[in-house]
Amino acid sequence: MRQKIGTVIGCALILAWCLLPVAWIISLSFKSQTAITNGSPGFLPASGDSAGWQNYQDVLDNDQFRRAIINSVGISLIATALSVIIATLAAYAIARLEFQGKKFVLTTALAIAMFPVVSLVGPLFDMWRTFGLYDTWPGLIIPYMSFTLPLAIWTLSAFFREIPWEMEQAAQVDGATSWQAFRKVIVPLAAPGVFTAAILTFFFAWNDFVFGISLTSTERARPIPAALSFFVGSDPFNRPASLLAAGAVVSTIPIIVIVLIFQRKIVAGLTSGAVKG
Amino acid sequence: MAAIEMKNIVKRYGDGFPAVNDVSIDVADGEFVILVGPSGCGKSTLLRMIVGLEDITEGEMVIGGKVVNDLAPRERNLAMVFQNYALYPHLSVYENIAFPLRLAKADDKTVDEKVREASRTLELDEHLERKPGNLSGGQRQRVAMGRAIVRDADAFLFDEPLSNLDAKLRGQMRSEISRLQKKLGITTVYVTHDQTEAMTLGDRVAVLKRGLLQQLATPRELYGNPGNLFVAGFIGSPPMNFLPATVTGTSVELPFGTVEISPEKAERAADKGLLIAGIRPEAFEDASVVDPSRKGSTFRATVDVVEWLGNEAYAYIPFEAPPEVREQLEQLERDLDGEALRTQLVVGLDGSSTIAEGDEAEIWVDTSKMHLFDPATGENLTVDRANAGEISQAATGRPAD
Repeated sequence: MRQKIGTVIGCALILAWCLLPVAWIISLSFKSQTAITNGSPGFLPASGDSAGWQNYQDVLDNDQFRRAIINSVGISLIATALSVIIATLAAYAIARLEFQGKKFVLTTALAIAMFPVVSLVGPLFDMWRTFGLYDTWPGLIIPYMSFTLPLAIWTLSAFFREIPWEMEQAAQVDGATSWQAFRKVIVPLAAPGVFTAAILTFFFAWNDFVFGISLTSTERARPIPAALSFFVGSDPFNRPASLLAAGAVVSTIPIIVIVLIFQRKIVAGLTSGAVKG
Repeated sequence: MAAIEMKNIVKRYGDGFPAVNDVSIDVADGEFVILVGPSGCGKSTLLRMIVGLEDITEGEMVIGGKVVNDLAPRERNLAMVFQNYALYPHLSVYENIAFPLRLAKADDKTVDEKVREASRTLELDEHLERKPGNLSGGQRQRVAMGRAIVRDADAFLFDEPLSNLDAKLRGQMRSEISRLQKKLGITTVYVTHDQTEAMTLGDRVAVLKRGLLQQLATPRELYGNPGNLFVAGFIGSPPMNFLPATVTGTSVELPFGTVEISPEKAERAADKGLLIAGIRPEAFEDASVVDPSRKGSTFRATVDVVEWLGNEAYAYIPFEAPPEVREQLEQLERDLDGEALRTQLVVGLDGSSTIAEGDEAEIWVDTSKMHLFDPATGENLTVDRANAGEISQAATGRPAD
């Protein structure tokens, strides 16, 4: 009993620690700009300070912001999809086939993942300008993919290794081609791994700031985190804090939605029952 | 329905080790053939070569009159039940069974008909909507069989299908498989290391050792006329007793005394010096309970241990074996995955026998059931070739090689 109370208190503390900033952002997003400028210390807006949904309205009406959301969603989804597809195929090959340089591929992948992002920004900036990829969607999708692929490949190859090889052989004996066996048996079984990789990739792409701010110059490709930092209201010396707060809240929503959708799919032990257990 | 002909099949791995070496087995249409042997004898490899999951290094695999060496598994139209069942855990039992039909692009009506028929045969009706993860071992086993019988496959292949079940279920499934095979009349190749399964299920049994076919015969022939020392030691439980023996005229000198054998057997074993005599435990009996009119010899020996099982009893009598024989027997034990313990005679006694531990008992032996083996080659000198099926020539070489 005492232990249970301890657990509850511990959880509450951690939750408060993690969620307080979020709560505060939400609180800010409901206050009017003047109230913030004048100082509005309460968590709930004081009477007359409340802006209602006005901030959200303004954010969504803002062309720059709308464009940034489209950019972020598009770039993140494309990077995630490509990364997961390539990682699935690569991981399958790594888990199943014996080929020369397998270790090399794996270690190189890991080395890339360990590279500090900042050190690559400069060279990439130059390269992308030469290639004409600067300030375009592919200009962001490519670095996102190359940074998330290693992790995705490692996660997925671990999942593939756990799937008994007999499953695939059984499918082949049942009349499946290698591709059918992969698509109808292996991929569904590796689904938890695929979704894990997808979530990780999406997070990375969605939250990225360094690439977003360095490899873009206009609204053509600028993602939300970068856009928020450039979001200046009418008065450059007085940034619209409440609008920014509303923007931050809005940009968090897709992440929550994606996590909720994918989380259902990440069910551990999906392979139970395949073999004697 | 199809016959399977294996012609001089060889499987060599990268290091040149032949896992299967020059094996030729003809499985007739509708026949139930068992591949049996200790672990590492190549039986599973051979099965996987039939189904196409392993490449064939040399030789020809002919199924239904067609050479299939270069065909992919899906083009061979065979059904296989794997040792660990290999069910698809993300699909319901229904879809598991329907999987081969869906791949063959059968329409929904046909699929439903065939799946229901298979599930009726295997009594899986109430489990069709469940996932394999929620089924018991025996039910999973039946689903795996369902997936095999739902298609009109040319042959069934089983890879130790019962080894993951507990003893009781194993007995039930064994008779179930036998019944199913008889009912469907489909050519079946079944791999096992369990000799009970081999003896009870097979029309014919192929005994393999280290990739070499030893003997291919009916269970009865294998038991009564083993072609060599290995087959004799592998088939039968408790195993056959092996004793040093010297033949002089028609009398055979054993560690416990001298017994008489028939002249034709004696002739085949003449002038070979020291031999190994093989006598199954049930060829012995307590002399006091044997009808005196039965032919045989008796000897006296001190019984070390008696195991009484109700309907029968086993008495253990230790003996000393000369080094040549001992070496051969130790090698045999290694081949059989066993460990060479003391050399002892296991004597099967009638349940009514009153021989107790430490007694000096008079034991009767039916010498007509005695086999004599050449210790150098392991060959059975007294085998009745007319009733021994096929004894592989390659297998009569010295087993120690």
